[in-house]
Amino acid sequence: MSALQLRTAGAEEMVVDSGPSGGLWADVWRRFKRNPIALTGFYVVCFLAFAALFADFLANDKPYYLQYGGKTYFPIFRSYLVGAKLGHWPAELLNVDYKKLEGARQIFPPIPYRPSNINLLEPLEPPSAKHWFGTDKLGRDVMAGMIHGSRISLSIGFVAVGIAVVIGIMLGAIAGYFGSWVDLVISRFFEVMLSIPTFFLLITVAALLPPSIFITMAIIGMTSWVGIARFTRNEFLRIRNQDYVTSAIALGVTDRKVMFKHILPNALAPVIVSVVLGIAGAILVESSLSFLGIGVPAELVTWGSILQEASTTTFAWWLAVFPGFAIFITVLAYYLVGEGLREVLDPRLRGLR
Amino acid sequence: MSGYLIQRLLLMIPTFIGITLIGFLIMRLAPGDPAELRAAGGLGAAAGAGISTEKRGAVDEAMAQWRAQYGLDKPLHVQYWVWLKNLATLSFGESFKDSQSVWAKISERVPVTVTLNVWSLIVVYLVAIPLGVYSATHPNSLGDKVTTLAAFILFAVPLVWAATMAIVFICGGDFYYLFPPGGLESLEFSENWSIWKKFKDHAWHIFLPVVLLSYDGFAGLSRYMRSSMLEVLGQDYVQVARAKGLPERIVILKHVLRNSLIPQVTILASILPGLIGGSVIIETIFSIPGLGQLGFESVLARDYPTVLALFTVSAVLTLIGILLSDLLLAAVDPRIVFGRRQQ
Repeated sequence: MSALQLRTAGAEEMVVDSGPSGGLWADVWRRFKRNPIALTGFYVVCFLAFAALFADFLANDKPYYLQYGGKTYFPIFRSYLVGAKLGHWPAELLNVDYKKLEGARQIFPPIPYRPSNINLLEPLEPPSAKHWFGTDKLGRDVMAGMIHGSRISLSIGFVAVGIAVVIGIMLGAIAGYFGSWVDLVISRFFEVMLSIPTFFLLITVAALLPPSIFITMAIIGMTSWVGIARFTRNEFLRIRNQDYVTSAIALGVTDRKVMFKHILPNALAPVIVSVVLGIAGAILVESSLSFLGIGVPAELVTWGSILQEASTTTFAWWLAVFPGFAIFITVLAYYLVGEGLREVLDPRLRGLR
Repeated sequence: MSGYLIQRLLLMIPTFIGITLIGFLIMRLAPGDPAELRAAGGLGAAAGAGISTEKRGAVDEAMAQWRAQYGLDKPLHVQYWVWLKNLATLSFGESFKDSQSVWAKISERVPVTVTLNVWSLIVVYLVAIPLGVYSATHPNSLGDKVTTLAAFILFAVPLVWAATMAIVFICGGDFYYLFPPGGLESLEFSENWSIWKKFKDHAWHIFLPVVLLSYDGFAGLSRYMRSSMLEVLGQDYVQVARAKGLPERIVILKHVLRNSLIPQVTILASILPGLIGGSVIIETIFSIPGLGQLGFESVLARDYPTVLALFTVSAVLTLIGILLSDLLLAAVDPRIVFGRRQQ
């Protein structure tokens, strides 16, 4: 994407304050970096993505390294091979409890539990050196549940918003580009979606369908695209009448190419802010759904499901404080990134700071 | 004015049909036959646990009869048409769960949810407007920065977390007992109490739910209020008012505040659907017998007529909210001409 494709309003300034231009996104990143609060939000998002990506290495009941019976194993790595059907467990390691292996030398991850490790001897333990964030009713380690829960939270955020972006951009682009009766019909549809009680629709569909995170992702995505669609439509309406679009059409460029190659890149800036805020929204909705106990399978530990347990066992404050704080920090981080991007991307706000 | 109103009302019809059609199709196409569920519930474990073919036949017959009674055996479009016709007489049918009239069930709970939401709206505006005015009249002061940051952070606090923290720490768990953990009246509530005592008891019970329902509203609105105030403060007529020697208090309260309130009216429309959604969580956590709790229970019980009715009622409320805020906007802002609403 070249600097030429910047919207006209930002173009002059671009010349003034950028040296060798690396294009719109390099420029955006350079401006974004100047806002320390937004940058902090960005680092928090990176940290959460790291925790989600390496959850197996941060909280696992298998050791990284195991020396047992004269042989050396790397059980966590092997679990990936087994998962990909490229390997199998040696007989002596099949379904063993690694912590009870006699005479073994092993190195465990910092949290030596998985969220599925039930230990009925240690139910509802307060935080201690053994369980940093305590345990739940079934004796499962809360910290392990939170680390693995970040996977669910982040993937729901990204996939749901991905679905919303595809639907929103398609419908918004078609409505804004073709205008007239197409716009009228599609805008009516937007109005329907805006007036629908979304959260109520969500709990209804989530409760009626079998619990699954994929279904939850899909329905959150399918109910949250309206904002993106309206932004896209308005941008398309505005850009549609610009000279360069008219000349592209006059040159005989196909509608599809004009829409997605010529207009869309210039319409993306305001959409991106609503995408980032949408991820926060999807994470909030998912936590509310799993708090109500619908949407995700009961055995799956999510931030919301730990919170739910706190609301029934009210003395177990650690079940309320930690997972809720995780949701809060995640949402706040995305909001900060979104606000930072808004300041960078919205030409009307430029120069105000 | 009346022409505009009629036009708006007519435009609401396709929107209404769209909403109810989506709701209707979701209820009918969802897997899990309500007749099956009802049979399983009514006949106890026998329905599932290897009953004889003879009995199975009887169950099937009863289910078919029940389907016919509720019109579930007809094609979808006929069912929808019948549902719409009944709606015209405000009849939402009978609940699958207890065969009560759905309308009666809903109207019994409307006052509770409306009370909660009206109080929340009042709190939202009462907190947000002074905060916004303060921030805008002291731009970039320490106080402004603190309120802006606090509002931003508050806006990110998940409702489920705030509610759970309240339940755990201040509702009589192992920590403090400042507020009741649920319900709308104390156990020892009696009709003989004085009005003042009843009011105090009621206020004590709804205080937390109202605060929880409104905090993200006032956090968001105070930010809007600040920016719309700042925008008005930059206008020429404010300069004129100051130049002709009006005291600053009058300039702010009479000239600026009034005009910066105008956009806040439209926000009313976008807050309404959020409040209804929020009621589901709050009413479930604090066991308050309102529409949200009824909705959640009916969803879990697959009580389709009730769910669909609630869906319709909250959609209608939202549509009315949008219409009302447009009319209010036109009423307070003479620059807005009916029928030529700007996007």
